[in-house]
Amino acid sequence: MKSLQTLAFYLLVLVIVVVSVFPFYYAILTSFKTGTSLFEVDYWPTSFSLSNYYSVFQQGEFLRNILNSVFVATMTVALALLMAVTASYALARVRFRGRGLLLMTILAVSMFPQIAVLSGLFEMIRFIGIYNTPWALILSYTIFTLPFTVWVLTTFMRDLPIEIEEAAIVDGATPWQIITKVFLPLMWPALVTTGLLAFIGAWNEFLFALTFTSSNETRTVPVAISLLSGATQYETPWGIIMAASVLVTVPIIILVLIFQRKIVAGLTAGGVKG
Amino acid sequence: MNPSHAVSSSGKAELQTQRIRAAMWFLIPMIAALVLVAAYPLFRSIYFSFTDTSLSNLYGGQWIGFDNYLSWRTLPSGKTIFRGTLVDPAWWNAVWNTVRFAFVSVTLEAILGMIVALVLNAEFKGRGLVRAAILIPWAIPTIVSAKMWSWMLNDQFGIINDVLMNLGIISQKIAWTASVDTAMFAVLIVDIWKTTPFMALLCLAGLQMVPKDVYEASKIDGIHPVKVFFKITLPLVKPALMVAIIFRMLDALRIFDLIYVLTPNSSTTKTMSIISRENMIEFDKFAYGSAQSTLLFTFIALFVILYIWLGKVDLSGDNK
Repeated sequence: MKSLQTLAFYLLVLVIVVVSVFPFYYAILTSFKTGTSLFEVDYWPTSFSLSNYYSVFQQGEFLRNILNSVFVATMTVALALLMAVTASYALARVRFRGRGLLLMTILAVSMFPQIAVLSGLFEMIRFIGIYNTPWALILSYTIFTLPFTVWVLTTFMRDLPIEIEEAAIVDGATPWQIITKVFLPLMWPALVTTGLLAFIGAWNEFLFALTFTSSNETRTVPVAISLLSGATQYETPWGIIMAASVLVTVPIIILVLIFQRKIVAGLTAGGVKG
Repeated sequence: MNPSHAVSSSGKAELQTQRIRAAMWFLIPMIAALVLVAAYPLFRSIYFSFTDTSLSNLYGGQWIGFDNYLSWRTLPSGKTIFRGTLVDPAWWNAVWNTVRFAFVSVTLEAILGMIVALVLNAEFKGRGLVRAAILIPWAIPTIVSAKMWSWMLNDQFGIINDVLMNLGIISQKIAWTASVDTAMFAVLIVDIWKTTPFMALLCLAGLQMVPKDVYEASKIDGIHPVKVFFKITLPLVKPALMVAIIFRMLDALRIFDLIYVLTPNSSTTKTMSIISRENMIEFDKFAYGSAQSTLLFTFIALFVILYIWLGKVDLSGDNK
């Protein structure tokens, strides 16, 4: 009975692992196939050809798309963190009227349906004249990266003991000095985690990227992949799509696995999907 | 707050004012940014929904009141014609699709997430490996997972049909993403695959807060594990689960990217976000699409208020 239970348990574990990993494994498998072998179902690697990977870079502007994604995500995260560090200090360590309301507003914005601001943002982006540039995305991504980083950093700072600040106050340090000299050195791990989660969010974003860019050279990776097509409508280049998918996913998976403990902590603190 | 004896009481008050003033300055950039990218565009979107603005003429829109939502005209024959989103069958189809999708996906994700969390909460060899494995679906970009699955669900060459045929579960190949009967099912599979890990991690965090001796005590008393789960574990995990469910629910109600890529043009999976963007950008009915996005916003806002009110969910974490 006991061993039967153990067996069932490990079977469940096996199912969880296989279901989680298999689709990505299959994508890698497909990305190495070419020609007719693409249309034969194989469960194990049968061929190893890099030609799909060459094709990805020859077709369209894929390298440019990757650089766009890196630029947009990095800038968005940097701007969000810059504003979030000071804001979360104020929200976590200073008591003032309306703090609870402000926190709830920030949370509400982070859970916003993005479509609700789409037409207003579209108008604004056209008005400023940044339509079809990376800046349109950097501006619009702030709507989800900023509330998220503020929220997570606030929960992190609130949990720090009061004593670390007291000594600095007694020494007559200004609030700005307290942030830069006392909190920043302690916050590096939290900043890295929050930054990474916000980066993944910006890297994966689709709706704004689809709406606010219109040419191959300005698109980000998710939009570029969604638009990869063959010579005709009925000829979907699955090998190339899978190669592109693997290329943009592997770095993210590696980052996630390296920082997995921190990410799990950050996710549960933020409770927001990255 | 209890600063040291060196600070007199008037100095303390002064210090507090100084801190509050600094706090205001620290908050201004963030508040300004949020007003710029969230509050103002939201206001403009709502404004657009009351005009006849079109994509090609963004600034020439006239105020037309509620006409995008509902308007009616009585013909000389005495027949009344209704127009607007609120009598648009395509809109109500999208509402129904969204609600059905959100409800089914979040329910299944909560159950499966709980099961995965219970597995990860047990001590066994290779637990770290399993946790790393379930992070993979979460880390994969939604567009990429949509493409991966649409390849696996491909009617001619897909591996899913191959497996099911070999196992004798289906007798002929199914066009999962194209067929009217299975399109929603396909979307649900991919969404559940992708977001169950998130649910599992949040449930696991809740489970780990349950003190171990509770389990030991119930073991000694010989209570059945299933009973322990429903009587002890679940009530203790409930607050964390409620928060996880609302986050997932809000995410599911605004779903766009997965459906846009996996089942484009399928009316059985068209959601509120999809139809709203379609009208706004692709069909040049900018104001009409804005009215739909405003309705979605209102719907979600009402849902959140109800959920927090009825479920007594504490989102702020202030009472920790």
